[in-house]
Amino acid sequence: MTSAPARPARITAKKRLGDRLFSGGATTAGALILAMLAAVASFLVLQGVPAVTADPRDMSILAGHENFWTYVWPLIFGTLWSAALALLMAVPLSIGIALFISHYAPRRIAQGLGYIIDLLAAVPSVVFGLWGANTLAPAVQPFYTWLNDNLGWFPLFSGQVSGTGRTILTASIVLAVMVLPIITALCREIFMQTPVLHEEAALALGATRWEMIRMTVLPFGRSGIISATMLGLGRALGETMAVAMVLSSAGVVTFQVLTSTNPSTIAANIALSFPEAYGLNVNVLIATGLMLFAITLVVNSIARWVVNRRKEFSGAN
Amino acid sequence: MSKRIEVNDLDVYYGDFKAVEGVTLTVEPRSVTAFIGPSGCGKSTFLRTLNRMHEVIPGARVDGEVLIDGSNLYGPGVDPVLVRRQVGMVFQRPNPFPTMSIRENVLAGVRLNNRKMAKSEADDLVEKSLQGANLWNEVKDRLDRPGSGLSGGQQQRLCIARAIAVSPDVLLMDEPCSALDPISTLAIEDLIEQLKNDYTIVIVTHNMQQASRVSDRTAFFNIAGTGKPGKLIEFDDTDVIFSNPKVQATEDYVSGKFG
Repeated sequence: MTSAPARPARITAKKRLGDRLFSGGATTAGALILAMLAAVASFLVLQGVPAVTADPRDMSILAGHENFWTYVWPLIFGTLWSAALALLMAVPLSIGIALFISHYAPRRIAQGLGYIIDLLAAVPSVVFGLWGANTLAPAVQPFYTWLNDNLGWFPLFSGQVSGTGRTILTASIVLAVMVLPIITALCREIFMQTPVLHEEAALALGATRWEMIRMTVLPFGRSGIISATMLGLGRALGETMAVAMVLSSAGVVTFQVLTSTNPSTIAANIALSFPEAYGLNVNVLIATGLMLFAITLVVNSIARWVVNRRKEFSGAN
Repeated sequence: MSKRIEVNDLDVYYGDFKAVEGVTLTVEPRSVTAFIGPSGCGKSTFLRTLNRMHEVIPGARVDGEVLIDGSNLYGPGVDPVLVRRQVGMVFQRPNPFPTMSIRENVLAGVRLNNRKMAKSEADDLVEKSLQGANLWNEVKDRLDRPGSGLSGGQQQRLCIARAIAVSPDVLLMDEPCSALDPISTLAIEDLIEQLKNDYTIVIVTHNMQQASRVSDRTAFFNIAGTGKPGKLIEFDDTDVIFSNPKVQATEDYVSGKFG
């Protein structure tokens, strides 16, 4: 007798001009970042592929290497090794400074200190390079000799100690100083977001200040600490000038941090080799850039995965 | 593990501002004492001085003594951290640690005191504490899930379980039901009735029916005006306060004439 009742027309929200402008603008901005990433990635792939496929003998930069991969491997290793050493020094220090600012220091000192940390971020990397090569390297060299003499049995400190101090460890110290401000600033913001409610819960259970920080502030800030570390890592992996100026490199793969034969990094190698590169050699350098791009992508994906693994315990719900 | 609290002429200051003035009262062991009064009258501030939680706020200090079974909380050399391990607290808004599971939340306080604990011992304590907070049957199958996944009332009972897991002498509750629906409130009130057998309980509440339902003794606090310190106006058995108070201000407040 009756057909199925006609479905009521769906009520749509009225589209106002402001809403449309704003959503349009936000969508465009979001799309733009994808477009830029795609443009960079396609440039790297298109220009990098010839370096891998062409005959290695056609490229003078690969002289002494079997192929592209044996050329790039020490660079990849140097990039990861120097960045890892830098983070090893910078992350604990940054967390310490951030905790001091957010939970220990009197307010006035905390503000001043935060300001100084931000200033450190504004120093250009070439200045850090000069400082590292001319001041830091000679200053730490006697210490390196001491380490080598007394702890030479430890593989990292073994080998023939460098006379100039311009080793991968010095480069990593410079990198650590450079990534310190960004990690500290982010950690400080995150630590200050810890809900007072949870801090009080810990204190009311009889936690000391340090126990309170360990029970609430650090777990609550965990994903933020990882994100901050990733940003710092991104800068350490890609840093060019400071490493190029500090490091005396030899294209080797070694874990020894005190010798004068050090692996170079991808970014520093591009900067140093590019002025004299021609023809297919340019493609080789671009291909190493593609490797750096891929490494960054992989590292960030791993960090994302780590953060998401314990999402329901993050405190965000 | 229940103890008597004696407060002698206690003043509380925030910097130069005197928030609470001249409180003297005695809380008997194994009883429930309710603090009532209008907002800003200093009852929560005063409650926090009973386990030195007010010291979390910079510039807060007290004058006077608080004796728990005769020993002064504010005596020289008394560590506030140890005070808080004996005097537990439940807050206005449920605050289980979001980064911990239900089980870890219950054990949080115990782990501070006694790091090494056999698993079976820990299991027993978790069960006993959650039983004590009337939560065991609802969560026994999901002890490893985050505490933040529970409902508000369950979260508050989890906080109570966490507080009683360390076997405190006294349990302070700062408006524990004000963020909860009536059914959860009833569950907490039943729980307070049971906990009274083992603990000295002090509860701050805005709900006068709640005070009359759960407490044995009631303290009425009031302020003369903004910027003036809060004072203890009257302290007596709960039925006296609600039926036959001696002070006019108390009668006005409990009968709803103001506040």
